[in-house]
Amino acid sequence: MVQPLNYLKETPSQTAGPYVHIGLAPGAAGFDIFHNQLGAVVAGPDVPGERIRIEGLVLDSTGAPVKDVLLETWQADAAGIHPHPDDPRHAECAPGFRGWGRVISDFETGLWTLDTIKPGKVPGRNGRVMAPHISVWIVSRGINVGLQTRIYFADEEEANAADPVLGMIEQVHRRETLLARPSGDGAYRFDILLQGDRETVFFDI
Amino acid sequence: MSGPGEFYQRDRTWHPPAYSPDYKTSVARSPRLPLLSLENTLSEVTGPVFGHGDLGPLDNDLIRNFAKDGDPIGERIIVHGRVVDENGRGVPGTLVEVWQANAGGRYRHKKDTYLAPVDPNFGGCGRCLTDGEGYYHFRTVKPGAYPWRNWVNNWRPAHIHVSVFGSGFAQRLITQMYFEGDPLIAKCPIVQTITDQAAIDALVAPLDMNAAVPLDCLAYKFDIVLRGRRSTLFENRLEGN
Ligand SMILES: [Fe+3]
Repeated sequence: MVQPLNYLKETPSQTAGPYVHIGLAPGAAGFDIFHNQLGAVVAGPDVPGERIRIEGLVLDSTGAPVKDVLLETWQADAAGIHPHPDDPRHAECAPGFRGWGRVISDFETGLWTLDTIKPGKVPGRNGRVMAPHISVWIVSRGINVGLQTRIYFADEEEANAADPVLGMIEQVHRRETLLARPSGDGAYRFDILLQGDRETVFFDI
Repeated sequence: MSGPGEFYQRDRTWHPPAYSPDYKTSVARSPRLPLLSLENTLSEVTGPVFGHGDLGPLDNDLIRNFAKDGDPIGERIIVHGRVVDENGRGVPGTLVEVWQANAGGRYRHKKDTYLAPVDPNFGGCGRCLTDGEGYYHFRTVKPGAYPWRNWVNNWRPAHIHVSVFGSGFAQRLITQMYFEGDPLIAKCPIVQTITDQAAIDALVAPLDMNAAVPLDCLAYKFDIVLRGRRSTLFENRLEGN
């Protein structure tokens, strides 16, 4: 016999269900209850950086938009700094930069829209540098454990080519599933495919 | 560079699989290709930070935070517990958000059309920050069971949806809390997406008479465990090597 390890087990996940909006975005669920809606502003008006809008659909295996999806995003500021004490440079993070966003899809069309600033390059592991990216967490009815992916930017070709995470994706054509593509006026398009031939790359982080 | 420790690997066999055909909606919404395992970077070990300025004074009191002309109908309860990590350490200052149906099993949501009535005094959502030791508490009414379209006669056991952040984006978790003794737990295809009975038991809150307020409300205790962290070096090759 050996000593027991005595680690606790993580609480198991359950689907966010169809009414996730009540808890996490009640205004969108059709009622007004809290004095502020969390996750509405990623970067305050005084935060330096290129203002961008990212929009897209989350699509199921049949190509139908998921109309009850909720996305959360987490990113660095334009200098590549996260507003969190574990980032060694966090004291230099732009004031008013929250880094975290929460958006839901339109109940009729499934379209979601994120207004933010373009993140900078972020230090990666072992001295490598990661291309500008936004981490994304996706929950909805039918998703048992929140899905994790990243948004990279198609117009950052050089940085993307050197990115250690994109570089790990064995099927080179699948790297494209993580690229937001410019659609004009500072906007990007990023569709997430939950399943199928062009399934988005999801991470176990 | 020595940096923040990485999170322990998530045990994917303990969580429900993405594809669980008895929960029909998962069939078309589950990735079929394997997840790409990623070693933690700053993007995963950091996450949003919340403060008391984000919340209002009644945000954790679902009996009062939407009341118009009286208390909501239903069995008054306190839900309390601790958010800890897999090392058993409390997770302080983390945001816990909850949402639920009213005592009749009806959500205040424009997409819920169940015939049970909306309660004019019940919104059904709340939020709070854990204290310095990871404790949290809410006051609410016990939600009712409700039917849902999966098989023709499926009912959700009484449950409260719970969302927790932790300190890093890799700890982000949504789950559901169930109530001790509910016979619908064993019959629910969403609960049963979890294959390990011990994992299901971890979602069932026991009745806690010590925390009940005499002549006022009952209590249920629900502890939440987030992924733990290593305290060793962040990188396996030091800079310059
Ligand atoms: Fe529910």
